[in-house]
Amino acid sequence: MNLQVILFSVFAIGAVASAIATISSRNPVASAMSLVAHFFMLAGLYLTLEAQFVAAVQVLVYAGAIMVLVVFVILLLNLGKEQQLAERGSVIRLTLGSFTAGLFALVIVLALLATPTGLNHLAKNAVEIGTTEAIGQSLFTQYLFPFEAVSLLLLAALIGAVILAKRSMKEGT
Amino acid sequence: MITSIPLDYYLILSAFLFVTGIIGVITRRNAIIIFMSIELMLNAVNLSMVAFSAFSGDIAGQMFVFFIMAVAAAEAAVGLAIVLALFRRKKSVYVDEVNIMKW
Repeated sequence: MNLQVILFSVFAIGAVASAIATISSRNPVASAMSLVAHFFMLAGLYLTLEAQFVAAVQVLVYAGAIMVLVVFVILLLNLGKEQQLAERGSVIRLTLGSFTAGLFALVIVLALLATPTGLNHLAKNAVEIGTTEAIGQSLFTQYLFPFEAVSLLLLAALIGAVILAKRSMKEGT
Repeated sequence: MITSIPLDYYLILSAFLFVTGIIGVITRRNAIIIFMSIELMLNAVNLSMVAFSAFSGDIAGQMFVFFIMAVAAAEAAVGLAIVLALFRRKKSVYVDEVNIMKW
């Protein structure tokens, strides 16, 4: 039982537990907090894969920026009376949904068991490709065009979000 | 020769996290929790991307994760703006109370 196994087990169990807590909690704020924990667990898993840059960005972008946005929206909506609304028709929905999703999981796991990847060790250059230097080098040479395209996408999303979220001009609501 | 966790374990974990996200999307009614479940699914895919990248020694997987995060940030901004607009109109964030586009 070496350190890698312990770290993987802790982060994996934490990730699954916080994911289940996210989708099962009745309170949106509790869901959001579980999701933050989930993002930290995933950042830990990325570190076990030697991907330092991705782990740092995971915490900064997901746990930092996106979750703050989600919590702000929950705050703005001021959601009440969650309990009484949440129950209606949930049993059949839960059964069918879990059945479908379980089938999907079964297919993936069976496919993996049928064709094992056979990769039991990280690549020799795993540490080098995970560094910020390597990512930056690749980002500004080979992946320059997607990088610029992402800037356009973010601009479009920014404009779209402002137009959607501001009060409608016609209806004045 | 760095770690002794096989790639398959990461892929199975990723599959379970993805399925958790699917269950969230199918079973929950609150649009914000559905949105968070979509983030769960995106992150599950990111995990398998990083695992493939680290095990095959190819940086492409981590670049993809970077771009997926950018797309997820854009999706978060637009999606939450839609939830806000929806709440203004219907006074509700429960997706089964919204049937404007249902024929």
